[in-house]
Amino acid sequence: MTGAADFAFWRNGLALALACLIATAAALRAVHNDYAFFVGYIVFQYGALAIAWNILGGYAGFVNFGAGAFFAAGAYATVALNKALALPLPACVLAGACVGAALGLVMGSLTLRLRGVYFAISTLSLSVVLQTLVVNWSYVGGSSGAYLVRPKAIPPFASYTEFLCLLMFAIAATAALIAAAIERSSIGFGLAAIRDDETAAAALGVPTMRLKLLAATISGAIMGMAGAPLPFYNSYLNPDSAFAVGYTVNAMAMPLVGGTQSWLGPVLGALLLGSIQQLAVAFVSSSASLVLIGLVFMGFVALAPRGLLGLFRPRRAEGTGR
Amino acid sequence: MNLDPVLIVNACVSGLLLGSFYAMAAAGLAVSFGLLDIVNIAHPALMVAAAFVVSALVGATALDPLVACLIVSPFFALFGAGLYRLYHFFFERRGDESIRGLAFFFGLMFLIEVSLLLLWGADQQWVSARYSSGVVSVGRVDFPLRMLVPALCAFGALAILFAFLKLTFVGRAIAAVAQDREALRLMGIDPVRIKTIGFALSIGLAALAGGALIVIQPVDSSSGQIFVGRLFAIVIMGGFGSLPGTVIAGLLFGVIEDLTATLIGPSWSPAVAFGLLLGFLAFRPRGLFGAAT
Repeated sequence: MTGAADFAFWRNGLALALACLIATAAALRAVHNDYAFFVGYIVFQYGALAIAWNILGGYAGFVNFGAGAFFAAGAYATVALNKALALPLPACVLAGACVGAALGLVMGSLTLRLRGVYFAISTLSLSVVLQTLVVNWSYVGGSSGAYLVRPKAIPPFASYTEFLCLLMFAIAATAALIAAAIERSSIGFGLAAIRDDETAAAALGVPTMRLKLLAATISGAIMGMAGAPLPFYNSYLNPDSAFAVGYTVNAMAMPLVGGTQSWLGPVLGALLLGSIQQLAVAFVSSSASLVLIGLVFMGFVALAPRGLLGLFRPRRAEGTGR
Repeated sequence: MNLDPVLIVNACVSGLLLGSFYAMAAAGLAVSFGLLDIVNIAHPALMVAAAFVVSALVGATALDPLVACLIVSPFFALFGAGLYRLYHFFFERRGDESIRGLAFFFGLMFLIEVSLLLLWGADQQWVSARYSSGVVSVGRVDFPLRMLVPALCAFGALAILFAFLKLTFVGRAIAAVAQDREALRLMGIDPVRIKTIGFALSIGLAALAGGALIVIQPVDSSSGQIFVGRLFAIVIMGGFGSLPGTVIAGLLFGVIEDLTATLIGPSWSPAVAFGLLLGFLAFRPRGLFGAAT
């Protein structure tokens, strides 16, 4: 990619993200109801998680079952920093990114040398361990949880919920920009080569280990960022709610339903599954909505292996697996 | 820290009893993950589902839970056979096991958990067998029957499994199928049929383990989560599909976990599974007895 194309990509991407932000803010204001911001926050949060999961899961083909753990790590970073230094939320979001990145790097360097299955299994038990640590850490409230005082509204925003909702939108937009940039760069092509045939990629000189670690780190950082505002959103955080399996399921289901080859897939998936869930919670029950998500997820995995995007796009030259 | 020797001996004994149960629970996974190369992360969830069914059956008929799980097990094995056919049809046949196959079993695990929650609610399920509160004491060392009886049954089941895998033709074919499908086909055996039998066996074992589990401790719908780390750690420590290796790893694991609970505190024992799992993956990915890489 040339420098000029690079510049044009970032300029157009940022302009698009900003336009979307303003449009979203205006649309949600027009609804004139805090509930719109509450729902918007959740959908954007899932969008950010899904895009982040897809960077490692979709582009490189390494399944991370610990999205919930990375997410909760970001949330608890906020609780700890808010209590220790009374840091404002944007600083906590950055801290959440650092914690998530470190977690991704450590997990990755220990297990990504092996087959992808082992990374998947160790991330699966990551959330059990982090939850054990948090339950035993009385500073952040232990098993009974921690309360946070929600700040008053910050001037340009009508309410603190509105601020949180737009902050989460900004996080999701950042995630989409990063994902789109990766797709267009040599990193993305390297990851795709790893997904199709790692041995062949390594033989052709693709720095496979370095790329996998980079993807795990970036993906973890975004998940940590997405978790950081949660304690302020709920004004209360306990281990059970932070480590709920629903986050992990959604982070995986959304890209797999939408399509894993491009950042647009997780966004489509988040909009679709996110709104189905909100409707099911509102009209049926929250446990029924979980069953529904599980069924949709398994149905897509079995019957539409390339997701929604795959239904509309012609089949790209893709590795045949073996 | 409390270094009272009686306490430590007692912790080791109860760790060995718990470890026998872990060995049986992991043996089913060693068959699917170790021998058949099917990464069934829903195995612990199926075990917990069987524990729920056993507790319902015991509640309805007053059978002994360890007898009840013998009745439940064939149904789970049948379900396992069907499940493998589905998995084969949608994923294995297309060479698509890695991401989507994993996602399939993850979805299954999630569905089982949510369905148990819907059907039975969030309450813990437990059973009381005749021997639930009994204790056999040798000197100052206690053998609670609630642990001892399942441990003995576990060893019985493991012995039968070992004999089946070593002595029968089908058993040896199960051990061979993941290594060389073509060789099996040349001998006139259908690899898919062998894998179906192997996977059914693995899920049947999960149901037996569920019966033992509910005697040992009460379960709730999310109890399977912690067993994912435990069982995979044991199978990897044991060196993938080696039954004696899995048994030794299971016993060792039980002892380490109980010592942690006694010396540091019970709330820390879940971290043991993960620590061992990560440690083995990073430094000895071929298990306790495998060659170091």
